[in-house]
Amino acid sequence: MGWIGETVDSIKSLQIRQVLTQAVSLGMIVTSALIIWKALMCITGSESPVVVVLSGSMEPGFKRGDILFLHMSKDPIRAGEIVVFNVDGREIPIVHRVIKVHERQDTGEVDVLTKGDNNYGDDRLLYAHGQLWLQRHHIMGRAVGFLPYVGWVTIIMTEKPIIKYILIGALGLLVITSKD
Amino acid sequence: MHSFGYRANALITLGVTVLALMCAMASLSDNLNSPTPSAQVQVLNVNWFQKQRNGNEEVSLTLNISADLQSMFTWNTKQVFVFLAAEYETPKNSLNQVSLWDGIIPSKEHAKFLIHTTNKYRFIDQGSNLQGKEFNLTLHWHVMPKTGKMFADKIVMTGYRLPEEYR
Repeated sequence: MGWIGETVDSIKSLQIRQVLTQAVSLGMIVTSALIIWKALMCITGSESPVVVVLSGSMEPGFKRGDILFLHMSKDPIRAGEIVVFNVDGREIPIVHRVIKVHERQDTGEVDVLTKGDNNYGDDRLLYAHGQLWLQRHHIMGRAVGFLPYVGWVTIIMTEKPIIKYILIGALGLLVITSKD
Repeated sequence: MHSFGYRANALITLGVTVLALMCAMASLSDNLNSPTPSAQVQVLNVNWFQKQRNGNEEVSLTLNISADLQSMFTWNTKQVFVFLAAEYETPKNSLNQVSLWDGIIPSKEHAKFLIHTTNKYRFIDQGSNLQGKEFNLTLHWHVMPKTGKMFADKIVMTGYRLPEEYR
């Protein structure tokens, strides 16, 4: 119980100068996180440099809760690459592998067909009604790196928001009560 | 200074840092491996070859695929995704890649294989350019690591030709 008592005491003994320093340090934490995210966006050229795998359609390669690092370069898209794409009318981007590529002679535009490694058929059923191919503008990036399990943090937080609020509250309290 | 919070914080920070370092080192160690894979593909038979109602040509092949990808496996390899693609050029398209067969190799013991199969995915052209067409068969592989960077490479096999006549 000593810890809670100390916490209450430290809140009582707050002074305006101290409050200001803590506000600044909290701001520093938030802005540096933002800077890192935006810098990653610039470096990778992808609007979301990190994605969490949400479905099991790429198992056993990628499981639910794994993290993928994306890169969007000018390089043409080739068969075998794992791309993240958006389909019109669907909010959540999909991570699947390219199995067919047709690249135009004159314009360089590509027609791409994708499939999940763990799915039986290709992705035409997932595309918008009547859509046979993905074009370049559907594709947000290609996966270059992989980190297992870390994405569970975000999955748990989106599915159980109460845990997110508890965590934010606890961190906030820690920042307010810390003395240095 | 030595409250529970501080100790927990220090412990978690150290743990995460060590884990991140180990992941980075595991991924970097993959660069030390220089694989020497080999592959042969034979087209045993053209089962049928026809034009669809919409004008696109489709062909069905029977293939013999043999490959030895054992040297690709390191201690940071979760699996190797391997696929065979037909690659050719047409007047309309500078590159056509059509995946014909793919497979997941879960471990080194399964990395030397010989497979006799018809094409798993449909071999359909965009248009009708396949008669007498010369094409390459390329064996691609994507190494999926337990953690870190993914690798990919391929072996191109040239000199395959489709028949002049529908059958």
